[in-house]
Amino acid sequence: MDARADRFFRRCVAGAAIFVLVALALIGASMIWGGRAAFETFGWHFLVSTEWDAVNKDFGALVPIYGTLVTAAIAMLIAVPVSFGIAFFLTEVAPQWLRTPIAAAVELLAGVPSIIYGMWGLFVFVPFMADNALPWINDNLGSLPGVGALFQGPPLGIGMLSAGIVLSIMIIPFISSIMRDVFLSVPRGLKESAYALGATTFEVVWDVVLPYTRTAVVGGIFLGLGRALGETMAVTFVLGNAHQLSASLLMPGNSIAATIANEFTEADSDLYLSSLIALGFLLFVVTFVVLLIARLMLRGVARKEGQR
Amino acid sequence: MKPALHKHILRRKIRDRFAKTLSAAAVGFALFWLSWILWVTLAHGLTALKPELLTHMTPPPGEEGGLANALFGSLTMSFLAIVMAVPIGIAAGTYLAETAQWRALRESVRFVNDILLSAPSIIIGLFVYTLLVRPFSHFSGWAGAVALALIALPVVVRTTDEMLRLVPAAMREAALSLGIPQWKVTTHVLYRAALPGIITGIMLALARISGETAPLLFTALNNQYWSTDLGAPLASVPVVIFQYAMSPYEEWHALAWAGAFAITLLVLVLSLIARSVVAKRRISHE
Repeated sequence: MDARADRFFRRCVAGAAIFVLVALALIGASMIWGGRAAFETFGWHFLVSTEWDAVNKDFGALVPIYGTLVTAAIAMLIAVPVSFGIAFFLTEVAPQWLRTPIAAAVELLAGVPSIIYGMWGLFVFVPFMADNALPWINDNLGSLPGVGALFQGPPLGIGMLSAGIVLSIMIIPFISSIMRDVFLSVPRGLKESAYALGATTFEVVWDVVLPYTRTAVVGGIFLGLGRALGETMAVTFVLGNAHQLSASLLMPGNSIAATIANEFTEADSDLYLSSLIALGFLLFVVTFVVLLIARLMLRGVARKEGQR
Repeated sequence: MKPALHKHILRRKIRDRFAKTLSAAAVGFALFWLSWILWVTLAHGLTALKPELLTHMTPPPGEEGGLANALFGSLTMSFLAIVMAVPIGIAAGTYLAETAQWRALRESVRFVNDILLSAPSIIIGLFVYTLLVRPFSHFSGWAGAVALALIALPVVVRTTDEMLRLVPAAMREAALSLGIPQWKVTTHVLYRAALPGIITGIMLALARISGETAPLLFTALNNQYWSTDLGAPLASVPVVIFQYAMSPYEEWHALAWAGAFAITLLVLVLSLIARSVVAKRRISHE
């Protein structure tokens, strides 16, 4: 009797676990299925075409792909060094009593829903950029040789640069909390021996802690990248939803997630809808690969920690 | 000491001091944005806070109104999502921590769950759209609840798994040695010991889904009127915020800020409670 109940219990919980596996597989399959009309109609052309014409039913994904990559790149450029600084401060520099409250405050940033970032971005940050930051950027960076073209354009406020900055604020808590955790997993003896040799705090972190935790740090960075690529609402508010390819970071653009969010309920033809789901499939594949790499790299640390 | 060596040490010290200053600046950078965002939400939200929020429906342009239907929709869908996600999540977490016999299966479920945990929520929305909206050809509150449940599920799985693994092995062995079957040990002993942690996971999941917008856009859509029909489009606070904030009307903006304030407050309170429960637990274990 007990043995049968036990077997039943085990099957139930195993079923729930397999449900988790199946869910991810179903998500991928449903995207392929929903996007098949777009893939059949446009083929590889879908990936390289900048056309996005609902009237003539001609759709290409290059503009949203470009916008997704550029905004994520800006976000990473800001978030990675800042996150390293935060982790460095929280593990080596700050006095003990300050560490917990600061870590909690930074993690609060992660808890704020993305639609709040979007609203704040649209009503507060975008006007601030348009009035104060962008004219300065235009005047001072726009005239630089080579990179100047990136910083020229009307000070709209809405655009790639603003979206990238908002994204960076959203992913800093993820990257910094992982970096902090992996820095804390470094054996004490290793750090102490470096200190004993006369190394400064910065040298200990840069030359001992960072090489020791390299894979996990990269994993944390990839986890943040996954977030930045898939983030929807905040980007939708500040990116401008314009289907045009522009060299300037100050111009509005589009991202995969923002395109889907903005246009899904307006899609009036099957091919339009299918193209949006096909975009979703691209996003799914890219974030899946990025998160896969992130998790694989982070798993090494868990194992290392387990052995100690 | 040779002057050259002295210079070298000085340079290293300056570099160290410089790095420390920059790291403090990085913390200041993050706290600056946090306080700016919270301040703006608080200031705008408080001025828009009125009793009509709870009693009036979302208005057409140019009229006064409230968020009653959106609040109802959000509460209903979050509640249903939690009701769906918690049993499956706890069961799957139990499998991972307690009964898994094949290492490969256990590791791959953990892995896939972690990926689901950080998968973009808009993808989940599209998935539920193709699963539940397109075949039935109408948006519905049920579809919204399922989408939210899929987002809450990995959070519950992960915390249950972690919290059960924190329960000392001696407790399991003691109960099993009394001849109690495994399912009873799990439900009567281990769940009781891990309960605060599991509740923390449920609250974190609730905090996560109460601000989710993207997956609701294609599942529950929105509803301008009072509706309790889960088979029909249902309003929710995040979607109303999205719609009203994007609009050109001042009254709508004020309502969007009120909604933003309510959600932010709820999310922050939920995550603070969840955090304090975990913190207390850690202390009691030491």
